[in-house]
Amino acid sequence: MADSVPGASGAAPGGPASAKATAARPGEVPASAITSAARPEDIPASPNGGPPASRINDLAFKIGTVNGTGSASANGLLRRAIFRMGIPVSGKNLFPSNIQGLPTWYEIRANARGHTARTARFDMVVAMNPATYKRDIEEVATGGWVMHDSSWPLPRGLDRDDVTFLGIPLAKMTVDNFQGSRVRILMKNICYVGALAALLDIDMEIVRGLLKETFAAKAKLLDANYLAIDLGYDYAKKHFDCPLPVRLEPMEGNEDSIVIDGNTAAALGCVYAGATVAAWYPITPSTSLVDAFTAFCHQFRKDPETGKNRFAIIQAEDELAAAGMVIGAAWAGARAFTSTSGAGLSLMSEFIGLAYYAEVPSVFFDVQRVGPSTGMPTRTQQGDIQFAAYASHGDTRHIVIFPANPHECFEMAVEAFDLAERFQTPVFVLTDLDIGMNDWVVPKLEWDDSYRPDRGKVLTAEELEAATGPFHRYLDVDGDGIPWRTLPGVHPKGAYLTRGSGHDRYGNYTEDSEPYADVLARVGRKIDGAAPHLPAPEVRLAEGAKIGLVTIGGCRGAVLEAVDELAERGIAANYMRVRAFPFHPEVEPFLAGNDVNFAVEQNRDGQLRKLLIAETGAAKESLVSILYYGGYPMSCHHVMDGLATHTDIGTSDAAAHPAGAAP
Amino acid sequence: MTYIKKPRIHHPGLTKNRLGLTRRDYEGTMSTLCAGCGHDSITAAIIEAFWELEIAPHEVAKTSGIGCSGKTPTYFLKEAHGFNGVHGRMPSITTGAHAANRDLICIGVSGDGDSLSIGMGQFAHVVRRNVDMLYIIENNGVYGLTKGQFSASADVGSTAKRGQINREHPIDSVLLALNLGAGFVARSFSGDKEQLVPILKAGLRHRGFALIDIISPCVTFNDHRGSTKSYQYTRDNYNQLVYADFVPPAEEIAASYESGDARSVQMHDGSRIAFRKVPEDYDPTDRDAVYTYIRERQRAGEVATGLLYVEEAPEEGEEADFHGIQGTVEEPLAGYPFEGLCPGAEKLERLQGRFR
Repeated sequence: MADSVPGASGAAPGGPASAKATAARPGEVPASAITSAARPEDIPASPNGGPPASRINDLAFKIGTVNGTGSASANGLLRRAIFRMGIPVSGKNLFPSNIQGLPTWYEIRANARGHTARTARFDMVVAMNPATYKRDIEEVATGGWVMHDSSWPLPRGLDRDDVTFLGIPLAKMTVDNFQGSRVRILMKNICYVGALAALLDIDMEIVRGLLKETFAAKAKLLDANYLAIDLGYDYAKKHFDCPLPVRLEPMEGNEDSIVIDGNTAAALGCVYAGATVAAWYPITPSTSLVDAFTAFCHQFRKDPETGKNRFAIIQAEDELAAAGMVIGAAWAGARAFTSTSGAGLSLMSEFIGLAYYAEVPSVFFDVQRVGPSTGMPTRTQQGDIQFAAYASHGDTRHIVIFPANPHECFEMAVEAFDLAERFQTPVFVLTDLDIGMNDWVVPKLEWDDSYRPDRGKVLTAEELEAATGPFHRYLDVDGDGIPWRTLPGVHPKGAYLTRGSGHDRYGNYTEDSEPYADVLARVGRKIDGAAPHLPAPEVRLAEGAKIGLVTIGGCRGAVLEAVDELAERGIAANYMRVRAFPFHPEVEPFLAGNDVNFAVEQNRDGQLRKLLIAETGAAKESLVSILYYGGYPMSCHHVMDGLATHTDIGTSDAAAHPAGAAP
Repeated sequence: MTYIKKPRIHHPGLTKNRLGLTRRDYEGTMSTLCAGCGHDSITAAIIEAFWELEIAPHEVAKTSGIGCSGKTPTYFLKEAHGFNGVHGRMPSITTGAHAANRDLICIGVSGDGDSLSIGMGQFAHVVRRNVDMLYIIENNGVYGLTKGQFSASADVGSTAKRGQINREHPIDSVLLALNLGAGFVARSFSGDKEQLVPILKAGLRHRGFALIDIISPCVTFNDHRGSTKSYQYTRDNYNQLVYADFVPPAEEIAASYESGDARSVQMHDGSRIAFRKVPEDYDPTDRDAVYTYIRERQRAGEVATGLLYVEEAPEEGEEADFHGIQGTVEEPLAGYPFEGLCPGAEKLERLQGRFR
């Protein structure tokens, strides 16, 4: 296996997989992915050439609509109904940086085995936006279906003879049955939900139940929704052969699961961790984290008697100020955090260096989007890995943790505050737009009521009162590199001056070389010493495996699906997902245990790979990049295609997608 | 001067305040600024104000940015926590500290470069947010540590030490703060301790944002002929517009103030500001009138000083300071019992019904 791997010199950043991506012009979905030469995997026909073979609880479809037409609630309804049927399901919202008018898509993937990473193989497209008819119709797999509004004829030139067109007069039906243009637009969306329920065999009782929950207090709206859903359902039943052979069936896959997005889960983690001060500046895709934190605080943190807030949420004038407020609040003893994206982190890097050097615990959520610069604000990427690891000028090195999904967003949010206070340093939680804003099926969140925050080494008023000698802020009393800290307002003996300028171990200003170097070296030791206390990597070893797939964050689902697919082809692969920086002591032995490791990540430069080379003993040649950075969530086919360019893994139907370029 | 250590033992006869502390107890380490620097006079006035107000030093949080002014929190209140942050960002650090612990008495020391150039955005927004703090601008019109460049407060026509003439319009922090809604706006002079101390005391007791812009000549780079921030120019053009005294809650306003045109303004904690002498028709609580008046004085070439504007304390429940706007609990958020912050397992279980 390993013999067929080309040297990393040719395969590392800018290797074959990523080279193809550069062919796509920025902002465009590369056409190469959807031309007939690169047609998505065919839906298998039955041997006699009749209708396609039946496939249950393994399907994906895509709904193309216009931004601002209220389709989000209809699409969410579909996703929730499938979830309640017990089928693992994900919803990916591909939305524009726009308020109204531009195209937007929602992709739903249901998979009994729990593979809910994004896929590019669509069994069906619901084409509701004439502006994107062409590309939407082109994306349906051979043998699949296109649902469209037949109130008007489809423009010429869109025909495909290898897919089935299902025309439903949605606009006409809603015009005939509802008054007012806004209501008609909204009900048209609900109408296609009804039609899909009939075609895919989605349980109508569940759909009706969800509508009832949503519109419990609005009887008139509920009636309208009931009518719309029936219009679509009945029309499909009457005119098409329902259900389609690719359909859904109730199962019991979700008893202990919830559907949640990462920003909501992270916000909940902040509430549970006891964070009281949040300072932020609005930026996609992190805004909904603070929005959720605000909502949860209003729900859980109001004093029942006075109605006063046990929290302060400050919308700052920019990310610089947001970071400063977090650091000021943490310095004064509150658990404080900010939430931002790469562009904001760039601005914060001045304060990050201060917090590192002055040793102020602080938590930074970076919901990554596509960079550099403004990049693509509504697309996802893992482009801030290296930046977060070493953010700010001078010698800085930070604790960074990488959740893979909303479940980990919740847990790691709590852990981030403990780590920040234990090690008195900024801690970064790196998620991304896909994790933060999309709907994921994850195990239920759990909470242990015996949890108490680890506030780290903070001297109390009593301890200061009892102290016989003077307090020195930066003195390594215990030999672990972590000095003791005091909070303002507690005791006169705890006073010291925090500064970003040179200081010695006693907290005094210095420009002398030895006392300065002494403190900087000790801070370095402190961060080194944190590694074993950070989240250990997720490792899955396979019998006889000689290759390793190494990944990070939200690539988890796609990589695990690839591991399964490889196993089906008789290829054993070990799997490791790095969960923290500095790297946990288990990371290096894993790398050493494989002939070659493929580092799968979503950026151009192979940032995880570079960090692994720089920070572990792994040889450069033993790490090969598999990269996708086009802005959509990573799919299994990106991994398989990347592997195929380096190794002999056999042919794949999915391999038709150029890894860097496929949408 | 750094090598000169202050003696630890005080003279036994030093006057003590009701906390049993002498003025020496409110000092910090030895100043490393130039001899004659206006900033050192301001430090002395700050020490006097805290001592007179009988504030326990450890209840104070001192913050600053970068520049000569940024160094000064080291020179007063050695028993208070201090934070000498990054350039122009003192307001955000103070905002965070005040958000976390509303019991802290916050004093921020900044300079004209720190507040009106690199930190202009943060300065404007800390005013808007009405953070409960005393904000001091030690205003010398020049960058000292980098050897004499003009700052944004340098007047048109004023000259640098090496002869260049400034032709860019100055930013006036007092007019700016009035414009942005500050509830306490003063201008003073480092050379007038008699005026400065009562203003500092009133500023510390004001609930909400209080600005004191203090002309503080730079003896090394901006004390020459042609400078409009020199000792000589300031003294020549000084107009003590408003005479105001700070009267603590328990004390009576002296009879002489009660007569004639004197008036007093009630403060939040029950103390009052007694205006001894103000120009005819000058109302220190009328923002628009004050703004216009200061502009007129400036056009006449005067440096108008004093507690120029103060807002009357709002009614109970109408507080529009930072925590009033935030609606936060009375107790500091830092150290709030965890049990009152974490909703617990049962609520998490119930909440998750929403995610199914």
